[in-house]
Amino acid sequence: MGLLPAPHVHVEKGSIDFNGEEITTTSFERLREIRGNEISMIFQEPMTALNPVMTIGKQIDEIFRYHSQLSPKERTNKSTQLLSDVHLPDPSRILNAYPHELSGGQRQRSMIAMALAMDPKILIADEPTTALDVTTQAQILKLIKEMQEVHKTGVLFITHDFGVVADIADRVAVMQQGEIMEAGRVDEVLNTPKHPYTQSLIAAIPKLKPRTARTRSEETILEAKGINKTFGGGKSFLGFGKSVNAVKAVRKVSFDLRRGETLGIVGESGSGKSTLARCIIRLIQSDAGEILLDGVDLMQLNRNSMRLVRSKIQMVFQDPFASLNPRIKVGDIIAQGPEIQGLTKVEAEGRARELISIVGLDDKAYNRFPHEFSGGQRQRIGIARSLAVKPEILIADEPVSALDVSIQAQILNLLDQIRTQMNLAMIFITHDLRVAAQVCDRLAVMRYGEVVEAGSTSELFASPQHDYTQSLLAAVPGKAWQEGVFTN
Amino acid sequence: MNRSAKILRYVIRRLIQAIPIILAIIVLNFFLLNMAEGDAVDVLAGEAGSATPEYMAELRAKFGLDQPLPVQLLVYLKNIVSLDLGYSFRHDMPVSILIVDRFWPTLLLMVSTIILAIGFGILLGLLAATNLNTWKDAVISVFALITYATPLFWVGLMMIVVFSINLRWFPTSGMENIAAFYEGFDRFVDITHHLVLPTITLSLFYLALYTRLMRASMLEQYGQDYVVTARAKGLPERRITFGHVLRNALLPVVTMAGVQVGALIGGSVIVESVFAWPGLGMLAFESLFARDLNLLLGIFLISSVLVVVVNLIVDIIYCFLDPRIEIS
Amino acid sequence: MHGFWGRFSKNKSAVLGLFILCLVIFLAAIANWIYPDDPFRLAGKPMSIPGTNGFLLGSDTLGRDVASGIAHGAKTSMLIGLLATVAAVFIGIIFGALAGYYGGIIDDALMRITEIFQTIPSFVFAILLVAIMKPSIESIVIAITVVSWPAVARLVRGEFLSLKTREFVQACHTLGMSDSRIMIREILPNCLSPVIVIGSLMVATAILIESGLAFLGLGDPNIMSWGFQIGAGRTMLRSAWWVCTFPGIAILITVLAINLVGEGLNDAFNPRLRERN
Repeated sequence: MGLLPAPHVHVEKGSIDFNGEEITTTSFERLREIRGNEISMIFQEPMTALNPVMTIGKQIDEIFRYHSQLSPKERTNKSTQLLSDVHLPDPSRILNAYPHELSGGQRQRSMIAMALAMDPKILIADEPTTALDVTTQAQILKLIKEMQEVHKTGVLFITHDFGVVADIADRVAVMQQGEIMEAGRVDEVLNTPKHPYTQSLIAAIPKLKPRTARTRSEETILEAKGINKTFGGGKSFLGFGKSVNAVKAVRKVSFDLRRGETLGIVGESGSGKSTLARCIIRLIQSDAGEILLDGVDLMQLNRNSMRLVRSKIQMVFQDPFASLNPRIKVGDIIAQGPEIQGLTKVEAEGRARELISIVGLDDKAYNRFPHEFSGGQRQRIGIARSLAVKPEILIADEPVSALDVSIQAQILNLLDQIRTQMNLAMIFITHDLRVAAQVCDRLAVMRYGEVVEAGSTSELFASPQHDYTQSLLAAVPGKAWQEGVFTN
Repeated sequence: MNRSAKILRYVIRRLIQAIPIILAIIVLNFFLLNMAEGDAVDVLAGEAGSATPEYMAELRAKFGLDQPLPVQLLVYLKNIVSLDLGYSFRHDMPVSILIVDRFWPTLLLMVSTIILAIGFGILLGLLAATNLNTWKDAVISVFALITYATPLFWVGLMMIVVFSINLRWFPTSGMENIAAFYEGFDRFVDITHHLVLPTITLSLFYLALYTRLMRASMLEQYGQDYVVTARAKGLPERRITFGHVLRNALLPVVTMAGVQVGALIGGSVIVESVFAWPGLGMLAFESLFARDLNLLLGIFLISSVLVVVVNLIVDIIYCFLDPRIEIS
Repeated sequence: MHGFWGRFSKNKSAVLGLFILCLVIFLAAIANWIYPDDPFRLAGKPMSIPGTNGFLLGSDTLGRDVASGIAHGAKTSMLIGLLATVAAVFIGIIFGALAGYYGGIIDDALMRITEIFQTIPSFVFAILLVAIMKPSIESIVIAITVVSWPAVARLVRGEFLSLKTREFVQACHTLGMSDSRIMIREILPNCLSPVIVIGSLMVATAILIESGLAFLGLGDPNIMSWGFQIGAGRTMLRSAWWVCTFPGIAILITVLAINLVGEGLNDAFNPRLRERN
């Protein structure tokens, strides 16, 4: 669309043919006519893609102003019609709303409405559902398909997720380093990939098939009873009076964790799963409940006695970039833990070097800084850090969601292998049911701070009881494809 | 509740929030007064030339200076609330009357400066950002960089050397030609004529500041995703710049304008003393030489209150510019 | 640090600023050597035009050497600028770190105080402080420090607030690390770059405040300063323009150089912060 920041980036050669017109060399004025009118685009992050200080209505209205000769009244009517077409409730209210007043899904719907305003011939969708929750993603995908039917629009859908590809595409092109590796009809490419890159990508996709359950150990290592956490929200004026906007992040959550098993906690963003993890490891003080570790209630411990049992529960974090201190050498990051536990410098260094090799990194990593490593490697460093103090329980908070699919698989394998080796109990927090299916023996599904359903992974997948679990399972992209029923 | 009612409530809440700040400043003022060597009685005695210790003790009792500090503080607070800012022994006048007298020239100077600095700052920043990496941008940026580093008083003196002494375009000092007894429109022209150099001097630094801020802010906004969206919608660049980017880019400039008001008052002390502009700054300069602490503290207090008021106004303007602000 | 210098030297104007700054510091260092006499001393014929009577930059009504005053004034400006900045940064870091890390009452109290400081016109406050404490180099440094530290405290507080929720700090908590070690060894090194940038710009502001105070007659009466020279020369603006002009240029060049260096530091530090994008 000629949107790359000129003059630094430009199309070096080749041609883009649009209805017999050469776009790469066309005039800027002509390009402006095409944009929004004949080709339009939606983006990954609807919050930043919309102007924060302009109402949705005005942002849609602009398109008509510059691409048509409609009167103001006609423009408003058409805008309202568009918003109701994308199934937004109360379109006239949304017309006057600012982007921050809408939810993520609503914003993306507004973007789609805007993009379809002039009945474009082509809609380019750049990862339009990546920033959304699974259930919202499913709805948006459905909407795009529906709009495609109605407006007879060609859709160029850019995504990293093969599940989404399976759900939406007719044809697919697989790209690596700026080149198209393979292209063809979607069922052909997905079911019988020819290029090795496509094959490796598809092989790395976690399957939505629960792992074979292992026998449960009799020994309970951690038990949580009735954990509650409410966030105060903003303090009211001058700090007096009741606090407003209190959010109940975790409500009466109980579970038990046996030695050697992996408990998955799944839920969408805002379900309280990360808060729960931080309550267990006491990064956040929960309001009520008991956390029994080997029979000792962690909630009763003060800072000093807590420090002594810290080493028993460790955590692996989501963001491999934020979870390592950029100013400290990798070796020291790993050795810090053992040192705090009372080992000498030399012993701690030995432990650190040992762990660097266990997690599959080169020994030279010891003297490097975190920014010299890739995301996957950093995640390995994070795992090494948490294992250095010989924990009994590992809490992994979305450990792979910031990584590419192929690297995801490697890290999941590493975690699985370490768990078996060290007989660790693991709490695995994820929003991705496919990942959860791969690693978890048991699952707890959370929504609005509550556990709505819990049980062994295979049972839960086979016969989900709660409505929400069912809708989560149904929303997993590419489900039909993975189950071998292609409806395209 | 509709938006205007919300804004009204917000204004009232902000007014109430300003009270503790003003109280704290009054208390600070009181302690500064007590920190100073010698009290009002010493000053009076010094004026008179000689005074017996008995007479001084009597005077102290009369002014309540023999009371314990907390009591004095309460009395001081009560005085301030009843707009009694103390007595200037040097001018033989209540401080509050002196300040009211000198307030309007300062306000005039500040308002004209703010209009000039923000207006041209936004314009130049916009010009620099839309002509990025051209000679226009380079000239504006170098100009901003240099004025940003120049001391105000020196600019003022150089202005006088060039425009008053050599070119004789503008008067060197004062606010009006009192000897000419102008009235009506002539007086307005005369004051405006006197106002030019002080305003330019005081505004140069802020002009540089707002130019740099506006340029940076525009460039930052140009990099936002919504600009790509706007291009993808096929809007012309003019519409993108003025309809989308400008309003977002103005937000930090407005915030800064509020923050800088305090500094502007500081600057006006210097500029007024350079141009003998008969405002609060000049008064402060005079009281400094006369060691008239009561007067100095009074000016300090009033200028602080002025900043509180201006900040409130800026916050209200901000509410209208940025719908994201939580005002309920 | 090699990469840092590489990024810094890419900014040509920053290198120029650094060069000028080094010249000014050099001038300050050799002031006592090239002008061993007291700059207040009458050195020759009053009101000499620059280049005459052995005065490089002329002399004032009392026959004081303007060039000597500028050299000694460089010493004063640098000294006051650095002292006040170091003190303000030190206080600011302590307050900001405690407020940002612990939050709660400490944070509330700090925010109230900074709010008040934001409201008070800082230059007027500095004038008041110096007037009350009697003008001296100490009172000037104290006054500049008092009006400058809240900016550092606010910056450091903000950095601590965002860094303390970073996952690497949470990881330190799970390892049982003590608060003081987390603050000093883990968080502080990560917020030093903005502090260095704001610190370098504060030196420039401090020099401007000092010259303003001296111009108003609030300088240390025993120490030569650029602001004092200009203040003393303003009465002879008509007949001896050079007395005001040259010290002003000295201030302008020094402050400009420091600002350029500060911007260069900012540019050189930022890629590291933006690395993850």
